Amino acid sequence: MRSELTRFPLIKSLLKNRWPQMVVLFVMLAGFLFAILSGFIGTPVGNRNFGIIFVWIAWWAVLILVAVPLFGRGWCAVCPIPLPGEWLQRGAIMDPPMKKPRWFNLRWPNRLRNIWLQNLTFTLVALFSSVILTAPKVTAVVLAAMLFIAIGMSIIFERRTFCRYICPVGGFVGLYAQAAPLELRVKDRQICLACKDKPCYNGSAVGYGCPWDVFPGGLTKNTYCGLCMECLRTCPYDNIAINTRPFSADLSKPPIRMDEAFKAFIMLGAAMIYAGVFLGPWGTMKLAAYSVGSLAWFGYAAAFLAFIFGLLPALFLGAVGTGKALTKATTTLKKIFTAFATALVPLGLMFWVAFSMSFVLTNAAYILSSLSDPFGWGWNLFGTAAIPWQPYLTTLLLPLQTLTLIGGLLWTARTAQKVGSEVKVTPAPVILFSTLVTIFMLGLLL
Amino acid sequence: MKRTELLSRILVITGILIVLAAPIAARAIGAQGVIEVHGRIAESGGWTPSTIRVQAGMPIHLRLTSDDVMHGFAIGQSDTPAVDVLPGQVTEITLTFDKPGTYAYYCTRWCGPNHWRMRGIIEVTGEEPVSPQVTTPPLYLMLNLDIDAPHPASVTLDRIPDAQYGEQFSALLPAAYLTPDYYRSHSPAQIYLDLRADPALVSLAGSDIWDLVAYIWLSNTTPEGLAEGQRLFAQNCAACHGETGGGNGVFSANITALAGKTPANFSDPAITLGASPALLQGKILRGGMGTGMPSWGPLFTDQQTWDLVGFLYTFQFK
Repeated sequence: MRSELTRFPLIKSLLKNRWPQMVVLFVMLAGFLFAILSGFIGTPVGNRNFGIIFVWIAWWAVLILVAVPLFGRGWCAVCPIPLPGEWLQRGAIMDPPMKKPRWFNLRWPNRLRNIWLQNLTFTLVALFSSVILTAPKVTAVVLAAMLFIAIGMSIIFERRTFCRYICPVGGFVGLYAQAAPLELRVKDRQICLACKDKPCYNGSAVGYGCPWDVFPGGLTKNTYCGLCMECLRTCPYDNIAINTRPFSADLSKPPIRMDEAFKAFIMLGAAMIYAGVFLGPWGTMKLAAYSVGSLAWFGYAAAFLAFIFGLLPALFLGAVGTGKALTKATTTLKKIFTAFATALVPLGLMFWVAFSMSFVLTNAAYILSSLSDPFGWGWNLFGTAAIPWQPYLTTLLLPLQTLTLIGGLLWTARTAQKVGSEVKVTPAPVILFSTLVTIFMLGLLL
Repeated sequence: MKRTELLSRILVITGILIVLAAPIAARAIGAQGVIEVHGRIAESGGWTPSTIRVQAGMPIHLRLTSDDVMHGFAIGQSDTPAVDVLPGQVTEITLTFDKPGTYAYYCTRWCGPNHWRMRGIIEVTGEEPVSPQVTTPPLYLMLNLDIDAPHPASVTLDRIPDAQYGEQFSALLPAAYLTPDYYRSHSPAQIYLDLRADPALVSLAGSDIWDLVAYIWLSNTTPEGLAEGQRLFAQNCAACHGETGGGNGVFSANITALAGKTPANFSDPAITLGASPALLQGKILRGGMGTGMPSWGPLFTDQQTWDLVGFLYTFQFK
C-alpha cells in the first residue's frame, strides 16, 4: 500500500523549493558549529556541555527513535556535515552548477564502492565511544574531523563520497532505511529509460546531479538514496515521487551484500555491548571501556571485535548452515548467509531503539539545562539552567523496551520467513538465533 | 550571481560569525571584574588559578566551577562559610579581605585521594606595607617537641576512662593539674603517672586515676569546642583516619600504598594516650609524618586546632 505524498501541492512545493530545506540546513549547520565550539571552549563536564548533550542525547534520540524508523535517510537530507564541502565543490550554495567542475572531481575507486570503510569508521567510533560520548573536547575533535574530511573529500572526489562511503552514521542509517515507511521512487520507470539527458543523475540548469551517485530510475531500495530532493527538482517529467509505504518494504528486495551483512552484525553486537557497558552493573568492564589505551581497554577492544566480527557471525553462520542442511538446499552458503542477514535489520534497529530509550529518558533533563547554559559558564538564557536532573518515564521504560524487543523479534521472524521462502531454506535456525540474542539483550536491559 | 545565491551566502557567513563570535564576546564582557576559578582533582592540577592577587578592602568576585567532580571552596582561618563547587555549574561568591597578607583557600569535599593537596593562595596587598605581627610560636615549638619521634604509651585500661566518674574525685585533685598549660604539655599517660605518684591521690585505684585524667581533659574542653572538633575531624580527617578514628578511612588504602604507612589509629590507647595535646597540635599544624599528611596550619585557627585536638581524645575518653 503506497501513497504518494508529492501529489499534495503543498508538500511538493515545500520539497521542490530550495529555501525550506536550506533554512533547516542553515539551522543545523549553526547548531553543528555551536556544538564544536562548546566542546572546545565550554565546560569539560559532559552533562553540562551543549556539544555532548545535543549531539549524543538530543540528536541521537531524534535520529534513532524517530528519524531512522520513520523517515529512513531523512536525517541525511538535513545533515550539515557535507554542506561546506558541497558548497565548495559546486562553487555555489543556491546557484545552478557550473559547467566545468571546480576541483579534481575524481571518481571513487571501484574497489571501495561498498560500505566496508563505513563499517571500519563506525567500529572505530564505537571502540572509543566511552570517551567520545563523555568528553566534550573529544566530541568536538571528532565532529570537526568529520567536517574537514567531508570538505577534503568533496574537493578531491565527485559528489558526496564522504556520505556514501566514509560517514560512520550513514552506513547504518542506510541499512535501516530499508525498513522505513518512506521512500523516494520514480513514478514510471519507462519515462526514465526514455529520458536522454538524465538530469537527475547528470544535473541541469535547475539542479545538481544526484549527490549520492544514484540513478533514481534504478532505485529499488532506500539504502543509498539520501533524500536530498535534487532529482525532484531536476526531473523534467515530474516523474519523482515521495511515497509512504509499509514498514520493511525493501527487505523483500534482493538481499543485502556481505559488507551490509556485516554492518548488521556490527549494529546488533554494538547495541548489546553498549547495553552491558553503559547500562550494566559491571564496573570492571565499564572501567576498561573508559580507560582508553590501557591494557584493560585493549582487552575490552579485543573482546568487542571478537564478539562482533567473530562470535555473532559464526553463530549466525551456524544457524544458516543448519537451515541449509535441514532443507538440503543447493544455494551457496554465502548467498543464504547474506539473504538471511537481511532479517537482522529490523532486529538491530529495535535493539538500538530499546537501548537508546534508556539513556535518552535518563538524561533528557540535561537538554533543558544545557539549552540555557550551553557552555557551563553559569548562563541562564531561557531560565531552565537550574532544572534538576531527573529521569523521565522510569515506570514505562522497561515495558516499552520489552515490547520494542519483542516487536523487533517478531518483525525479524516474519522477514526471515519471507527470505526463507525465497531461498528455499527453513528460517527456523535463524529465528532461534534471533530469539536467543533477543533474550540476551532483554537480560542486559532488565 | 543570482540574488538568492548572494542572500544565502550572506546568511551563511553572518550565521557562522554569530554562532562562533557571539558566545566568546558575551563571555569576555561578562568576565570583566570577575575571576573564574576552576576546580579539578589534585591529580589533574587542582585549582586554576592557584594564586589570586587582590587589594585589601577591595571586593573580589569569584566564579567557581568544577571541571570534574564536586568540590568545596573555603578560605583558611576564616569565618566565611564553605560553598560547594559543582561540575559544570557556577557558584558565585564575593570576598573582601580587610588586612594584607597571604590566605589559603582549599577544597572541603573528599574529591579524590589527593584531595588534601587541592589548595590555592590569595595574596592580599595593601597600600601600606604589612605591619610585622608579633606572634607566639605554637606550643609544640616552644616545648621543643620532636613530633616525629615515636610516643607509645604502655597502658592497660580496664575500661574506658570516664570523666563523669573522675569528677567525684576532683576534690582530691590539686588545682595545678587542671591548668591548660599542664593539660596541653602532658600526654594522658604522663598525667596518669604524675597523678599516680601524687600523695594526695594515693588512695585511688588505677581506674579511678584514669577517670581523673579524663576529667582533666574534659575540664579543658567545652561542648561547643568538642562539637567544632568533631565537625573539623569529619570534614578533614575522617577520610584517612576513619570516622571512628580507627585509621581506616576510605583513602587509607591509598595512603598505605603510596607512603607505606597507615594513618594513625586514634582508637589505639598506645597511640592516643601517649600523645600530648601539644604533640597533636604540632602534627596537625605541620603535617608530614611520612604519611603524606598535609599541613593544616594555614587552614585552621588556633582555637580550631585545639578544638580538634580535644576531640581526638574522645576516641579514648568519655
